[in-house]
Amino acid sequence: MSQYRVQGKGRVSHGKPVSFSFDGKTVTGLGGDTVASALLAQGTHLMGRSFKYHRPRGVVTAGSEEPNALIGTSRGPGRFEPNTRATMAEIWPGLTATSQNRWPSLEFDIGAVNDRMHKLFPAGFYYKTFMWPKSFWDKVYEPVIRSAAGLGVSPSVEDPDHYASRYLHTDVLIVGGGPAGLAAARSAAEAGAKVTLVDENTEAGGSLLSEPGVEINGQPAWSWLESELASLTALGVTVMTRTTAIGYYHQNMVGLCQRVTDHLAAPQDDQPRERLWRVRAEHVVLAQGALEKPLVFDGNDRPGIVLAGSALTYLNRYGVRVGNAAVVVTSHDSAWFTAFDLAAVGTTINAIVDTREAVREDLLAQAAALGIEVLTGHTVTGTSGRLRVNSIRVNPITGSTVGQGRDIACDCVLMSGGWTPTLHLFSHTKSKLAWDAEGKTFLPAETLEDCQIAGAGRGLWGIEAALVDGAEMGAKAASALGKAAASATYSVASDRTGTGEAQKELPTDKDLTSTRAFVDFQNDVTAKDLRLAVREGMRSIEHVKRYTTNGMATDQGKMSNINGLNIAADALGKPAPEVGLTTFRPPYTPTTFGALCGYHKGAHFDVTRKTPIDPWAEENGAVFEPVAQWRRARYFPNTGEDMDTAVMRECIATRASVGMFDASTLGKIEVVGPDAVEFMNRMYTNPWTKLAPGKCRYGLLLGEDGFIRDDGVIGRLSDDRFHVTTTTGGAARVMDMMEDYLQTEWPDLNVWLTSTTEQWATIALNGPNARKLLEPFVEGLDLSAEAFPHMSNAICTVAGFPARLFRVSFTGELGFEINVPARHGQALWEKLWDAGQQYDICAYGTETMHVLRAEKGYIIVGQDTDGTVTPHDAGISWAIGKKKPDFVGKRSLERPDIVAPGRKQLVGLLTQDGSKLEEGAQIVLDPNQPIPMKMVGHVTSSYESDAVGKPIAFAVIEGGFDKIGETVHIPMPDRTIAATITGTVFYDPAGDRLKM
Amino acid sequence: MLLITCPYCQETLPEAEFTYAGEAHIARPADPSSYSDEAWRDFLFVRSNVKGAHFERWRHFHGCGRFFNAVRDTVTDRFLTVYKAGEPKPDLAKLLEDAE
Repeated sequence: MSQYRVQGKGRVSHGKPVSFSFDGKTVTGLGGDTVASALLAQGTHLMGRSFKYHRPRGVVTAGSEEPNALIGTSRGPGRFEPNTRATMAEIWPGLTATSQNRWPSLEFDIGAVNDRMHKLFPAGFYYKTFMWPKSFWDKVYEPVIRSAAGLGVSPSVEDPDHYASRYLHTDVLIVGGGPAGLAAARSAAEAGAKVTLVDENTEAGGSLLSEPGVEINGQPAWSWLESELASLTALGVTVMTRTTAIGYYHQNMVGLCQRVTDHLAAPQDDQPRERLWRVRAEHVVLAQGALEKPLVFDGNDRPGIVLAGSALTYLNRYGVRVGNAAVVVTSHDSAWFTAFDLAAVGTTINAIVDTREAVREDLLAQAAALGIEVLTGHTVTGTSGRLRVNSIRVNPITGSTVGQGRDIACDCVLMSGGWTPTLHLFSHTKSKLAWDAEGKTFLPAETLEDCQIAGAGRGLWGIEAALVDGAEMGAKAASALGKAAASATYSVASDRTGTGEAQKELPTDKDLTSTRAFVDFQNDVTAKDLRLAVREGMRSIEHVKRYTTNGMATDQGKMSNINGLNIAADALGKPAPEVGLTTFRPPYTPTTFGALCGYHKGAHFDVTRKTPIDPWAEENGAVFEPVAQWRRARYFPNTGEDMDTAVMRECIATRASVGMFDASTLGKIEVVGPDAVEFMNRMYTNPWTKLAPGKCRYGLLLGEDGFIRDDGVIGRLSDDRFHVTTTTGGAARVMDMMEDYLQTEWPDLNVWLTSTTEQWATIALNGPNARKLLEPFVEGLDLSAEAFPHMSNAICTVAGFPARLFRVSFTGELGFEINVPARHGQALWEKLWDAGQQYDICAYGTETMHVLRAEKGYIIVGQDTDGTVTPHDAGISWAIGKKKPDFVGKRSLERPDIVAPGRKQLVGLLTQDGSKLEEGAQIVLDPNQPIPMKMVGHVTSSYESDAVGKPIAFAVIEGGFDKIGETVHIPMPDRTIAATITGTVFYDPAGDRLKM
Repeated sequence: MLLITCPYCQETLPEAEFTYAGEAHIARPADPSSYSDEAWRDFLFVRSNVKGAHFERWRHFHGCGRFFNAVRDTVTDRFLTVYKAGEPKPDLAKLLEDAE
């Protein structure tokens, strides 16, 4: 047993040793220890290196606010987590923990050279240095800074764990299981409310776990706690431990992260590592307590310097003395009790240094009885000891004069600058805080949420105060829910209450420019840095924060914000509330991406929509591509074919005989009703009145701003029924837009809209043999060119399936699109496939579809247009019903900017050297102009084309229609390509092949 | 995540069921061609961008599918009221008074 472990003390299991490794060495702690308490029990304070200066750092706290003791924990490949707080990491047999941000070892770290050169790295150094020469940034500064910056190393292997996600609805959610939270739970539960109490620690109890000497209602604290928890459970209260409330969102939604397996030696495979809860509570009680503030003095960051309240926790909860010879430095009564408790178990208290002149008589008397030297009205002006504090320099203060310093030897310093109410969650929903001038801190004021804040969280101090307040707030919560509630009464004996005096940086006799008094331990921000920031012109606390990085580390300024504010306000010569506090944002503590992702990873990351013909495509070796949420067959390679070869073969086969394409993803909307034609006239640019049933028309949809939103072929099935098709990606948007106009602008129109995208499987047959292949399957319809010409539709039967047959083409070949109910899609596909063998039928994918349509000059909305392209820009003004009085976007086509010359217009491009352009490549008129060049447009589509015999491309180019035949230039990294502007129709301009 | 009441369903449901649809009470003119360039620009692009009570449209997209109007405080994210499309604009002064 180590000399620092106190036999029989604490809540750890003294008979149960647990071994784990830290930096390769075996450490033996006890069941219930954290990595931090186990290391402290063997006398180790040094647990990390600081971020910027690589200063040796020890643990300062015993909770989630820990800034220094950040470690990596691992349980095998992929299960490595950096930046875990040693104070929260529970030990289990086999745990592998490592220190970080040091090389080669924690004790000897080369990076500590930064500390010697700290004068080179003042606040904002990165804004001042690395500025010159400019060319050094990419090659020298950035790589060096990147490798030096950061704390732990990111895991390199995929996380094999799974994470769960749940919803929870509860009447009252209580955050914090200390005395205030427990009392609130009782009041609310006794009133009949459904209560959920969460606590981020291993067990509920909060400050009671560190104060076993207190008696509540005549019972010792820990036995009261045990029976109270049992009683709450019996009342139906759900108590969730190891569960951190990470964010408080509007209307009482609270995010919880529950750590399920991190503390287990052998988690079950079916256990999630963490579980994210989205809680909607009728009422919230925040009982998060308060966080102890460090004192700010020169050398306050040496290993061995610990917050006094945390030292009390290590002693009373974990049975660990943080040292043999302590000096207590405080401005608050609470630290005195740590001194007394430690003295009682054998730690020598070399002095209690209190910055206050006057201290309570009973504290002085108890110190005297224990033979402890007391130095009131003293300040601390320095410490020494490289890897562990070994002495502290204290000076008397007389008025404003700092007297002669004196060194006191010690192996640990217990400091307390008083306590800051934990207001992070309260502030997440923009609740208002009020400055408490006496306590020099913020207290909760108004909130719009149905929320109470109880206990130390609103500045009350002491266990009885917390219990009484908690009971009252729990009752308030229940009353707000219409439940009659009473608050239980509590009598507490041996309650160690106290008060304190808030300090800024402690007074010193040293030159302030030479002291290094840390405010933010994790980001290495000193009081000097804050003053420098103010001197260099930062006025807002938000600017001071960003310039110095105070409060920007993973602890989010839990320990540093108030000290930082008080020091900055002092430097600014303004009252602190005028300087203000920086914004608190979720999460309260670092949260894993795993917990936030939950089930949404891998195949579950997003929906994958599959067509009815998808199984055939998969079986036949399709290479897929995602289009919107669909997975579509991109091409069907034969053995050994790459994409270009396969696409070229598919194009040739389709133009030569017949190709078959799964067009099921096309958006489909059924527009029905007596006013359907009027509705279509108003929505689409085209005229619909004269389109006869059985005929189809290309439809163009604009936004009200006049830009192209969508297009598709639309079939009129009868006077009052249209079969509208949209782009694959635009289906939902078009439906939403139609609904919007129908519901809100033209509610008088009698029209009904139905999305039918997934109800129809759509098979496109294209090529000169398409009719020959299809004809034998069709019943009740004459398919001849005369009876069923291009742009016809009919309801008929195909292979015995009810069908809507469209004669349309997106390839320029004779084409049919057969819509059958989705369940028959694959059966029809297979019948056509089998019958098509006599014509050497070819299944083609989206890539071939793109090439074939481009050869014909058909645009793809969203590829050749980008939301700033008008019908005229795209060369499809013919689709506008010029005689119509109105349609969506019509007025905008007369807007000054739309009729102005110089707009980018869609044209064709043929390269002069026969090479294929890159889609997205920028176009210039003069390749020899100085950089930056004037870019006049870009390539929107580009393909190899067998039918044209060379690569073809579309581009949008300023004033392109007037530049047909001219040469433009496309600068690429290795060369500049010259191309000739052409029209967009490269193949069969007369459209003869459509009419076959 | 906000809780939003659909005035058609008469149910208060999570924001995830709804989509936002911009400022409310900007009616498409019956005869856009009679609008001047400036008036049409204002109709298309100029919005009030208020700090405080904002009249806006929502759609119960994953529910009944209806568009409706709401008044939401853009500072606090509180809904002051919701009402059906086509219903008159509520009296803001009275709404604010009720919210007190």
